[in-house]
Amino acid sequence: MIALRRLLPATQREWRNFLLGVGFASPWIIGFLIFTLFPIGSALYYSFTRYDLVRDPVWLGVQNYVAFADDADFRLVAGNTLWWVLLSSPLGVLSAFLMALLLNSRIIFRSFFRAIFFFPAIVPVVVTAFVWIFLLNVQYGAINSTLQAWGFKTIPFISSPDLMKWSLVVIHMWSQGAAMVIFLATLQDVPKSLYEAATVDGANAFHRLWNITVPMVSPIILFNLVMSFIGGFQYFTLPWIMTQGGPSRSAEFYAIYLYRNAFQWFRMGKASALAWVLFVLILLFTYLIFRTSGRFVYYAGAAR
Amino acid sequence: MDLLGQILKYVVLIVLAISFLLPFYWMVSSAVKDDAQVYVVPPIWFPRPQFWENFWNAWNSETFNLWTFNTVVRYAIPATFGTVLSSSLVAYSFARIDWKGRNAVFAIVLATMMVPDWVRLVPLFVIFKTLGWINTFNPLVVPAFFGNAFFIFLLRQFFLALPLELSDAARIDGASELRIFVRIILPLSKAALAVVALFTFMNAWNDYLGPLIYINQEDKWVLTLGVGRLRSAVDEIGNTKLAYPWLMAVSSLITLPVFLAFFFAQRSFIEGISLTGLKG
Repeated sequence: MIALRRLLPATQREWRNFLLGVGFASPWIIGFLIFTLFPIGSALYYSFTRYDLVRDPVWLGVQNYVAFADDADFRLVAGNTLWWVLLSSPLGVLSAFLMALLLNSRIIFRSFFRAIFFFPAIVPVVVTAFVWIFLLNVQYGAINSTLQAWGFKTIPFISSPDLMKWSLVVIHMWSQGAAMVIFLATLQDVPKSLYEAATVDGANAFHRLWNITVPMVSPIILFNLVMSFIGGFQYFTLPWIMTQGGPSRSAEFYAIYLYRNAFQWFRMGKASALAWVLFVLILLFTYLIFRTSGRFVYYAGAAR
Repeated sequence: MDLLGQILKYVVLIVLAISFLLPFYWMVSSAVKDDAQVYVVPPIWFPRPQFWENFWNAWNSETFNLWTFNTVVRYAIPATFGTVLSSSLVAYSFARIDWKGRNAVFAIVLATMMVPDWVRLVPLFVIFKTLGWINTFNPLVVPAFFGNAFFIFLLRQFFLALPLELSDAARIDGASELRIFVRIILPLSKAALAVVALFTFMNAWNDYLGPLIYINQEDKWVLTLGVGRLRSAVDEIGNTKLAYPWLMAVSSLITLPVFLAFFFAQRSFIEGISLTGLKG
């Protein structure tokens, strides 16, 4: 009872503030209940059913989940997605970090270069997809017809199952502007005195990078990595527009499979089960990263 | 040695910058080609003659005017209005009103950013279908009026930085909380509100998945779905259209507003993004 009383407003003034605060926050609170909490809950319910939107849901128990165990499609898309998350996230973060490092050094036309590196991040994804399809086309794409003209063999960037995912990684590294800007802002906050002191002590550029810059921005590396993981698990639009998951399903990622189940085959129950597995995977991944990050991440000002 | 390092740095910078711009240059230069200039080896980087009429012809080959209207008037503007209105109200509550439970609720706001959209998608589709909202813009616009976690966070950071004395003085004068919000806080936050409006508008302009799921009728399509039409022309065998040039022409045209927005509001973009990434 005492604990409960401490949670509730006590004085009249506290009540007034409470009602005002909740009132101002009510759009989000209502929206959270309707558009987030309720859907997450009903997705859990649907995941235990067979549901085609026309007939009422039929209760199946855990059958949808159990079936994933020997579902070859599930294994394929899970494998593709794991590959994608484990490769594209670190490489994307690396790309953003290196661009930011380059921009943070003393250069002329910095904001001009920054604009160039940033811009791909805000282009409509459909445009990114169409331009790169054309650019990477095996016959008349800019890259391959150049190779051909120089007498080299053409490279089937997006028509070979072995190369498709790598092509997506390259496009991903090309559109890291947002992460780059976040890195850049952090780099500018690293105290200059640290570098000066290190230089006096005889540290070379690499030492300064590894022993000062990397530790000082490590919380942001972690932040960008986690955001990238979360996004990577849900990767959909670009591979969907480019090849609808092809060639030979090499770019059929988890979200594409989920989309097909839900909106092409109307297996809403199975799609919901897929969604919940994804949800739990993301939570687990994030938790694990934060648990193990303590060893790699340096928080300035935190007691060690 | 130092000079060599400097030269190397600029070489890397310039090579990188060129390769970052190359896809865009390829897009625009291909837009003014005819088919003969597309299917050749080596590729043509400076097409001569240039077919500038491709832009006009490609745009008018489908109902792109209608799709632009849908994108802007029926989706982006209402979604932007709703997001700015609701997110600023909610952010005000978290930043400027001291209420019990505030921090716990705010933690939930932040946590929702980790919830994958896919887990909500099926039930939301069922809800909107029950409401008869499929093939309307409601599923894309109505949720915008209930705040966006990302922008609530951004605006809260901004509101926190405004001096508390401003509100206190107004309270002593008997101003209501709503009046303080509208008359004092909002006018001081124009820059932050502009960032939110800019980002929301651009997200709507670029959005593909939302319209893909909720809008099937062609007369309700948005631009991102509409360009797909020209894409299918590329894959058709024996088509008589200038498939790739037209696809690139319309791609250029729908990138142009994003480019202009970025060109004129670069600072807002950069600051908006660093604000959310950093102060967390």
